[in-house]
Amino acid sequence: MSVNQQTHTGPPYGQPQPGYQGYQQPAYGGQPLPGVPHSQYGVYNGPMPGYQQPVPPQGCFPSLGFPSKGSPVSFNSDTSLAPNFIGSVRAPSTSGTSLSSGHLGYSPFGQGDVQNGIPASTAPMQRPPASQPFLPGSAPVPVSQTSMLQQYGPPPASVQQLSNHMAGMTIGSTSTSAPPPAGLGYGAPRPPTMPGPPLPVQTAAGPPTSQPNHVSSPPPPPSTLSGPYPGPPMSGLRGPPPPTHPPQPGYQMQQNGSFEQVRGPQTNYGGAYPGTPNYGSQPGPPPPPKRLDPDSIPSPQLNELPPQQKPRHRIDPDAIPSPIQVIEDDRSNRGSEPFVTGVRGQVPPLVTTNFLVKDQGNASPRYIRCTSYNIPCTSDMAKQSQVPLAAVIKPLATLPPDETLPYLVDHGESGPVRCNRCKAYMCPFMQFIEGGRRFQCCFCSCVTEVPPHYFQHLDHTGKRVDFYDRPELSLGSYEFLATVDYCKNNKFPSPPAFIFMIDVSYNAVKSGLVRLICEELKSLLDYLPREGNMEESAIRVGFVTYNKVLHFYNVKSSLAQPQMMVVSDVADMFVPLLDGFLVNVNESRTVIISLLDQIPEMFADTRETETVFGPVIQAGLEALKAAECAGKLFIFHTSLPIAEAPGKLKNRDDKKLINTDKEKTLFQPQTSFYNNLAKDCVAQGCCVDLFLFPNQYLDVATLGIVTYQTGGSIYKYAYFQLETDQDRFLNDLRRDVQKEVGFDAVMRVRTSTGIRATDFFGAFFMSNTTDVEMAGLDCDKTITVEFKHDDKLSEDSGALLQCALLYTSCAGQRRLRIHNLSLNCCTQLADLYRNCETDTLINYLAKYAYRGVLNSPVKTVRDALINQCAQILACYRKNCASPSSAGQLILPECMKLLPVYLNCVLKSDVLQPGPEVTTDDRAYIRQLVTSMDVAETNVFFYPRLLPVTKADVDSDSLPAAIRNSEERLSKGDIYLLENGLNIFVWVGVNVQQGLIQNLFGVSSFSQISSTLNTLPVLENPFSKKVRSIIDMLQVQRSRYMKLIIVKQEDKLEMLFKQFLVEDKSLTGGASYVDFLCHMHKEIRQLLS
Amino acid sequence: MATYLEFIQQNEERDGVRFSWNVWPSSRLEATRMVVPLACLLTPLKERPDLPPVQYEPVLCSRPTCKAVLNPLCQVDYRAKLWACNFCFQRNQFPPAYAGISEVNQPAELMPQFSTIEYIVQRGPQTPLIFLYVVDTCLEEEDLQALKESLQMSLSLLPADALVGLITFGRMVQVHELSCEGISKSYVFRGTKDLTAKQIQDMLGLSRPAVPVQQGRPLQTQEQPAISSRFLQPVHKIDMNLTDLLGELQRDPWPVTQGKRPLRSTGVALSIAVGLLEGTFPNTGARIMLFTGGPPTQGPGMVVGDELKTPIRSWHDIEKDNARFMKKATKHYETLANRTAANGHCIDIYACALDQTGLLEMKCCANLTGGHMVMGDSFNTSLFKQTFQRVFNKGFNGDFRMAFGASLEVKTSRELKIAGAIGPCVSLNAKGPCVSENELGIGGTSQWKICSLDPSTTLAIYFEVVNQHNAPIPQGGRGAVQFVTQYQHSSTQKRIRVTTIARNWADAQSQLQHIEAAFDQEAAAVLMARLGVYRAESEEGPDVLRWLDRQLIRLCQKFGQYNKDDPNSFRLSESFSLYPQFMFHLRRSPFLQVFNNSPDESSYYRHHFARQDLTQSLIMIQPILYAYSFHGPPETIAQWQKAGYQDMPEYENFKHLLQAPLDDAQEILQTRFPMPRYIHTEHGGSQARFLLSKVNPSQTHNNLYAWGQESGAPILTDDVSLQVFMDHLKKLAVSSAS
Repeated sequence: MSVNQQTHTGPPYGQPQPGYQGYQQPAYGGQPLPGVPHSQYGVYNGPMPGYQQPVPPQGCFPSLGFPSKGSPVSFNSDTSLAPNFIGSVRAPSTSGTSLSSGHLGYSPFGQGDVQNGIPASTAPMQRPPASQPFLPGSAPVPVSQTSMLQQYGPPPASVQQLSNHMAGMTIGSTSTSAPPPAGLGYGAPRPPTMPGPPLPVQTAAGPPTSQPNHVSSPPPPPSTLSGPYPGPPMSGLRGPPPPTHPPQPGYQMQQNGSFEQVRGPQTNYGGAYPGTPNYGSQPGPPPPPKRLDPDSIPSPQLNELPPQQKPRHRIDPDAIPSPIQVIEDDRSNRGSEPFVTGVRGQVPPLVTTNFLVKDQGNASPRYIRCTSYNIPCTSDMAKQSQVPLAAVIKPLATLPPDETLPYLVDHGESGPVRCNRCKAYMCPFMQFIEGGRRFQCCFCSCVTEVPPHYFQHLDHTGKRVDFYDRPELSLGSYEFLATVDYCKNNKFPSPPAFIFMIDVSYNAVKSGLVRLICEELKSLLDYLPREGNMEESAIRVGFVTYNKVLHFYNVKSSLAQPQMMVVSDVADMFVPLLDGFLVNVNESRTVIISLLDQIPEMFADTRETETVFGPVIQAGLEALKAAECAGKLFIFHTSLPIAEAPGKLKNRDDKKLINTDKEKTLFQPQTSFYNNLAKDCVAQGCCVDLFLFPNQYLDVATLGIVTYQTGGSIYKYAYFQLETDQDRFLNDLRRDVQKEVGFDAVMRVRTSTGIRATDFFGAFFMSNTTDVEMAGLDCDKTITVEFKHDDKLSEDSGALLQCALLYTSCAGQRRLRIHNLSLNCCTQLADLYRNCETDTLINYLAKYAYRGVLNSPVKTVRDALINQCAQILACYRKNCASPSSAGQLILPECMKLLPVYLNCVLKSDVLQPGPEVTTDDRAYIRQLVTSMDVAETNVFFYPRLLPVTKADVDSDSLPAAIRNSEERLSKGDIYLLENGLNIFVWVGVNVQQGLIQNLFGVSSFSQISSTLNTLPVLENPFSKKVRSIIDMLQVQRSRYMKLIIVKQEDKLEMLFKQFLVEDKSLTGGASYVDFLCHMHKEIRQLLS
Repeated sequence: MATYLEFIQQNEERDGVRFSWNVWPSSRLEATRMVVPLACLLTPLKERPDLPPVQYEPVLCSRPTCKAVLNPLCQVDYRAKLWACNFCFQRNQFPPAYAGISEVNQPAELMPQFSTIEYIVQRGPQTPLIFLYVVDTCLEEEDLQALKESLQMSLSLLPADALVGLITFGRMVQVHELSCEGISKSYVFRGTKDLTAKQIQDMLGLSRPAVPVQQGRPLQTQEQPAISSRFLQPVHKIDMNLTDLLGELQRDPWPVTQGKRPLRSTGVALSIAVGLLEGTFPNTGARIMLFTGGPPTQGPGMVVGDELKTPIRSWHDIEKDNARFMKKATKHYETLANRTAANGHCIDIYACALDQTGLLEMKCCANLTGGHMVMGDSFNTSLFKQTFQRVFNKGFNGDFRMAFGASLEVKTSRELKIAGAIGPCVSLNAKGPCVSENELGIGGTSQWKICSLDPSTTLAIYFEVVNQHNAPIPQGGRGAVQFVTQYQHSSTQKRIRVTTIARNWADAQSQLQHIEAAFDQEAAAVLMARLGVYRAESEEGPDVLRWLDRQLIRLCQKFGQYNKDDPNSFRLSESFSLYPQFMFHLRRSPFLQVFNNSPDESSYYRHHFARQDLTQSLIMIQPILYAYSFHGPPETIAQWQKAGYQDMPEYENFKHLLQAPLDDAQEILQTRFPMPRYIHTEHGGSQARFLLSKVNPSQTHNNLYAWGQESGAPILTDDVSLQVFMDHLKKLAVSSAS
């Protein structure tokens, strides 16, 4: 649906914009409903006036209203106002200009009429509802919004009004299928008539079709719509307050394009920041209705676009909520002061903001983030809002050096003090009573005796005197030393073991992989995780190589040379040796080095191409069993395991299944063998990390099962080549081996009465409904937990979470890590919406959807996602936003990025694969995302795009990120784009030679090799700067990102463009603007 | 004419053959009345220092069903260059190479002194001998050390080009690769899982799709060096490696908890050894040498569980059908043994442990393949060490006293048929006109495979006279038997030894005394004993004894001179006189009596009995007791010894007296295989029981009349004495009732 595509210029108008309906703006009224537009078109011009009328009122209101609440963002469909937020001030002026242009635009409308004619039939219907002309129009028609936009361009008075527009737009698109409704809407004339209510109609027509269309196809030409309605916007609030606000206000999106409608200014604004004056408020209806010609809008960014393109846009991308802006604002507002966790229900800074955390009783957001920090008191409220209540927990998260690690508390032989009934661990929220002799549980209210050795007097405030001496009373996160009761079989665990299992089949040997791994291990073994200040790691290591059979190695320190033991009986795997398989690195160093030297030689001439896989895991598992310890398997594997053995797989890849009901089978394992194996692994504490080097399909969905369920990680290097992939692989391997990890972990999340953890997402195994079991849990693994009400909550007491993780440290110490978090509860939905965190919400939604594809057709999953978000936003609109025109899209301030992020999720490879995305890629991504924390999902779905040529070579700072859209790219610049897995270096065709020389060491653009996977090390400030930026990015991510050089207009650019997530994707993913329109339409349907 | 004794001895020396009857009853009916069947003990490779092999192919009778080898008994027409087969009477042309033949220029095979002749033939590729060590590591440290040393030592005894391999086992089975530098490799198998040969070969990486397995012929190792070279390497190449490998061999590392036996996977280890050779070297000379220090306790072939509280099966358990693993284990080893035999390989079992090791179940591995079975208390004993060393003894001409892959074919003249054979062989299932329908031993065939044999290996071969009573054989007619033994000499040459013998026919009614005089009672005793032992393997002990008794009585009735119902009148001629005594001892021997022996011991004794030559067999039946004395009261010698007289110069003769039996014992120990258990005891000593169980219990606590007499202390046994036995025998023989 991208605007661009549509060609119809003229006609568009005709269509009424459905979007509007929702809004009441009478002005719009003009719009026709879905149906028919014709006459309306004609109207169009007419409408203009209409718009205006409405405008004032609407515009004003909304904005006003909002402001107070949260910050809703509204789009005025009309709003052609390009500049968003920022522009607010200017808006007026612009608008002025635009108006003129707008007028022009209108004229088109006139043309539009023609179109309208067509749709006639429908139109009528709509009108009725008419009071709000727009509304009606909105739903149905959609079609050509874009087109319309172009033409219309003008109307929008204030930026803010966009909302309506948007709506319209969307609709338009949707309606595509539907007859172009049309002009009616516009038909300003009608405005008066049509009452808002056109709903019915819309629904009928628009909805169904629309959605589908939306997604995939661009709207048909005919539609007219959008443009028209908008007309009126004038009142638009546009005017956001000048300069200051810019940031926030923007949100609303408005844009441009089309617009005549003025629609109310964006209400949104206001909402957004309470503190700040919202735009909304100001809006004073300033700008009279003017139509802006989109083109004319001075949007800096647009400038670069080729002129032709411009016309098509109806909505100014700058007017819709910008992730970049939000991130920047949060950084500047919250990055400077530490986040102190003492207060209940505080919303932490965004994950993209650098901030320091001071633990004063609640867990750091690095450990737990919630979708909302204010929980509805009743389940009805929760259901109504549809906002999922979830916490994203990263129990072993790495902290920055200036934050303190959780203290280790030892409560002695009797173990940690716990509530008698619910077994919650002692925490800051426990209430000591009776002079300190008992405490009342903050989770279940049960009163428990304080054990004598733990007794302490209370001070006059009722606090224990030793409050500050005890981490478990004063901090949100801490650890307990576990007693033997917390150990498997009532035995303290042995130190864990790492087993390296290397595929030595032909491909692995030939690619040099085997030699590489062996070389690397020689040094890497000195960096096994150590506990605190221990001199050497307690972890023992073992080695296995395999192809169709397995080779175990005895590397006992007393041996003169290693011994290799081949087990060919893969049908019935066992470990052939007891002593000497798992050894201490220092003791057996010479034997291990000798072994690692010999492995590549031994298999140098191998002809064996077949591999097994199930038995490899079994072998590792058996080895750990025999050694009676937990541990981790590092498996380096290259191919589909087709050799005769348990867990043998078939190549069942079939791209034809995509978009069918059977698509889900591609994500499901092809045999239950690995599920059963995973269960055994978890029971033993055998975590499996998988490094894959496939040259073709190897069924990640099946191979990854064990990894996934044991809390392991998968790394995939398709078409592995030594030269290009070695750095990435080695860095990943080093980090994976060295990172902090706990074993044999069980996590339970306790909650205070009223809510209950009901669902869990992540890499783990659950044998019952409450305990999350992980054979291994490293510092990057995240578990998302969803909560549901099972009773009422009270605003007074709030809600508490306690996440307790029982695990074995890398030195073999059994511990409990406790994270506590207190949340507020609310009886007003507005409080809920004001305390949400969209990034976390997206994390949850993505995981939810990615799990959904296992059981439902992808389309169903996508629709459900859209629907849920529409409900969330509709609920807000209905209950929290101040009344405003239905044509206005109003978003809660905290969720104004929800549409753009949601669209990114919908466009991701799992939910909407492009033709070059393999089945394995999808399965891989699916599993990867499931363990991601909020920061990772954030950048994964909305990559970071940095104009490096704009970087200040003299400072440490990163250049300001820009939005992910092609139109933001300048031919004269070089950009970095990172999403946590890849880093692209995009080089514009017109980049100065000097820069190219400095960065690539070649003299011209054409000489840049796109096969490079690192930047040459050159001694000049620019090269250093870029490389340091890349290094900085690499450090931030849990995986080493693959560097890809993309030259503008080169083949690889196609790949790169997929990551420009605000654009329409080649595979049919909607552009941000289109999607926003679509959401708007959905919301309106819900509201009507 | 020389006496029959001389004749018999001469024949034995020349041909390695001893017949029970040296004049043959000429009709079926008469033959059956002779009680002792017409049979012979054949030592196919009897050492003949005076017999240089000839270097050409034997000449065969051209009749396809006969193919007898030209021999001194054939009629030759020197002018026509024809010879007539003495078995089928086919007239055959001599081959061109014999063109110069004449009465004065005879080929060796026509000369009477070459009734036994050996040919060296060029057939197929020569493959080196293979020795595959299968070593139990569930041993006490001391035992393992001793075994390792023996094995290391043995490397120096092997032929330099022999291929050697090593499999070790305990809880798991490891097949060691021998050619690795820098790292020692082995393939490991679970000890609990039975694998097919195909699986084993797949798992060892031995099956190459490109290599068609040539049935019945050895693979050409030169062409396919890679296939098995990883596991079997020429000794000269890897003896250093292997010595180190053996040196580093550790006891099975898996923990054995209190009250348990170590888990020992003998069954799988053997199965893998067999499978390894089966795929790679079928039909070549190969020894699988199993060294085990205890019973198999897991997996296929397990003989006893690992709970120490459950003892290994005894005869008592077996009789009560209480040996729960026995049948299954036996079946496992039988299957292995048959496969091994089919491949022409052999399995030796060296079992050294204080308790039983499962020889009962495993015996067929050695019995069917011609392998050795050695039983000792520990690998750290000279019994084992010297016996093992003796496996690699060399003969008079410097060749190893071992031969492989032999097939023995017996041809008979038409009055005779072949009833079967008893010895370390398996049937080759060669039917033919000379195969009798009545089976004695392993019958139904005229050919047997003897996978491994040495110069003393002796088979008993039983015949049936089929000539009908009403078709008399002309006076002076002779029956003939030809034994053709093809084998792989230890030098890897293919050789064929042919022995052709003939005996006179006699009419049993008119010439019974000739037949009687030509009775070889020693051979007969051994032949009957083999039959008895053979039966004992499958029948209840008492039944076998009854059968033996009946045969003896019948023989006495037939050949004794007596008056009916007058035991005192009973006399046997000289040629029969010792026979009853042999039977008396046989009845008491451990070959038939299981009392006081474990099942393993019985299996062990029977194994050896079924392969020894006549002399050894007789000694085994009736031990020889040598006496040494000053003709003084014997019971004082021990006292003298205690008093130290032997150390006083003036009693040097006493010292010599003490030394004499020791020296003789040493000589015996040096010549026997396996080395006998050597027990040095004195009157009343605890070890004296071994002696007492062997001697004639002429005085027991039962014959009260002997009490108080000077003749010696009673032997505590329920066995009857020879005297009593003879009395009963006479009574029964003369009884008109039987």
